[in-house]
Amino acid sequence: MPAVLEIEGLRKTYKSRRRGVRHALDGFDMLVEQGQVHGFLGPNGSGKTTTLRTLLGLIRPNGGRMAILGQEVPDALPAVVGRVGAIVESPQFFPHFSARDTLSLLAGAGEVPRTRVEEVLELVGLRDRAAERVKTYSLGMKQRLAVASALLKEPKLLILDEPANGLDPGGIREMRTLMRDLAASGMTVVLSSHILGEIQLICDSVTIISLGRRVAFGPVEQVLAAHSRGAVRVRLEAVADLPAAADALTRAGVQVTARPDHLMLAGVDKPAAVSRLLAENGLYVSELAPVTVDLESVFLELTATAPVPGQHRQVDQSTKVGDGGQPNVAGGGWGV
Amino acid sequence: MSLYRTELRRLGKRRFARWMTLAGLLVLGAVLVGIFLTNHKIGPAERAEAQRKAERQYQLQVRQVEQERTACEQARASGQAQDGRFPPDCEMIEPPPPESADPQWFLPSTFDFRASFGSTLTTFTAILALVGFVVGASFVGAEWSSGGMMNLLLWRPQRLRVLLTKLSALLTGALAVTLPAAALWTAGFWLVGTLRGTTAKTTSGVWQSFALTGLRGLTLIVVAATVGFALASLGRHTAMALGGAIGVVVVGQFGLGIVLAMAGARFVEAWLLPTYMLAWMDKKVTLENWRSCAVSYTGECKPETLELTWQHSSVLFAVGLVLALGAALVAMRRRDIA
Repeated sequence: MPAVLEIEGLRKTYKSRRRGVRHALDGFDMLVEQGQVHGFLGPNGSGKTTTLRTLLGLIRPNGGRMAILGQEVPDALPAVVGRVGAIVESPQFFPHFSARDTLSLLAGAGEVPRTRVEEVLELVGLRDRAAERVKTYSLGMKQRLAVASALLKEPKLLILDEPANGLDPGGIREMRTLMRDLAASGMTVVLSSHILGEIQLICDSVTIISLGRRVAFGPVEQVLAAHSRGAVRVRLEAVADLPAAADALTRAGVQVTARPDHLMLAGVDKPAAVSRLLAENGLYVSELAPVTVDLESVFLELTATAPVPGQHRQVDQSTKVGDGGQPNVAGGGWGV
Repeated sequence: MSLYRTELRRLGKRRFARWMTLAGLLVLGAVLVGIFLTNHKIGPAERAEAQRKAERQYQLQVRQVEQERTACEQARASGQAQDGRFPPDCEMIEPPPPESADPQWFLPSTFDFRASFGSTLTTFTAILALVGFVVGASFVGAEWSSGGMMNLLLWRPQRLRVLLTKLSALLTGALAVTLPAAALWTAGFWLVGTLRGTTAKTTSGVWQSFALTGLRGLTLIVVAATVGFALASLGRHTAMALGGAIGVVVVGQFGLGIVLAMAGARFVEAWLLPTYMLAWMDKKVTLENWRSCAVSYTGECKPETLELTWQHSSVLFAVGLVLALGAALVAMRRRDIA
């Protein structure tokens, strides 16, 4: 698949006399292939929005290379922007215009046929409220309008920053279906979101950013599989047998964590071997379940942003690639 | 549809721009109506009435003088102490000469188109320049603060082109309002002159002079709109331009004027912006320093003068325009849009 979006070694540095130097993007890489729905994840302040703004020409980078649809940006941005639909961060519109006026003016500026305005209003469910002023809209309705504005151009690449923010459950499901339909029609979608369950459901691949650097990338199932580490949960018929089972498994080289009513095993390649080993020791298994990880737990671990009781994590306290004891990105997958 | 036409549409749809323009035009209308109502045509009846009023005024003055002389003589006869109220000789209290009540003074105000229309163009320019400044600032300032500018740049990532197209649309709008308004203003005052005064001696040379004054007024309106637009774009908020303007007026004009007056500076008005606006419209303003005395060859003491011409004003406005617009364009080109 050809790459629709390529970012290599992107750097953006903010210098302030008071706060010194801050690297918002510190050699960030990203690759999105055609027809994918690609999740772009990262904690607050990790550089997601800076990346998108830089890509779209709103921020000037200090270094690195970017290409959209095979053309180098920002130089070729005026030529390529007609095929890129984007919303960046929260939806912002002039509050005293109606949704129809807002889209109509954008369509005029982008030389898009006016008929397209009604099509996208229908698509995002704002047809009946299109004549009302934007200031009367809820956050979810503004979000729908933002998505409509991004779809006006019938883009080849759609970049959406937190599109589900403020949507009701029905709206989230509609958005999910819309993303899938758009991808099925050949559109490439880059989706930045904190709703990781949605990302896991919608996306084909993900990039995870932390403190301006990529900490993981690849197909979603590959990222999840790489992180599962062969974890298995074991329950026995008799809880009293758990210490003996733990002892037998430890001697066999399995990492065991004892819990009150079960054991958690790590590094198990073949769960059937566990069953056989315990049976040989006269211990009978009532449950043997491979533990699947979700994207949220992978995200929290990779970015080191899982909440710790009694501690208040600050915005910039997350994983930085290349720091001592921190994960490094592995080629073609993700580093642990 | 082109970006330019879209921006024209956007300007037309902006409620604030519409209301502000309407308010400006209503003020102009009120000025016109006010001048119409306070002026009258002078005819034989008005002149006769003025003559009667002048006569009454003169008789009143004569009666007052007679009463005063009688009071003086009574005071002298009663031997009351002279307290300086009356002269030593009561005969010195004489009635005023008949020409002291000139009938001209009692004529109603009349509008002489040739003599007065030029100064009404200054009023016209001042009001529309203010409207232009505020609408210009709001047009781009609200776009920045609402996120509309960022949205637009996602569609047209050519920053300078976008900003200059917006400015072109604004100035087109300013011209579209000013030119018809100027035509109506002229027609309105011609009507005032016809019905409530005179339009005599309005030669082609006079019309040419009015046209040049109008052109200078139009230039000032365009400059004001551009400066408002540039300041709001520079600060990315309407308040930047309005705050800046208020700051200039309060600190730079009132404050500076008071400080310079206290310091005894010469030609304090030369530091004040309205003086240059007036010089621009009237072609020249002569300032006088009443603290100095320049003796003429006849021995007469005349105040020192400083002449400010429209050329001085043009330099000041050009520098202000270039600085404001230049800074806005550089900021647009270089600054990140967050």
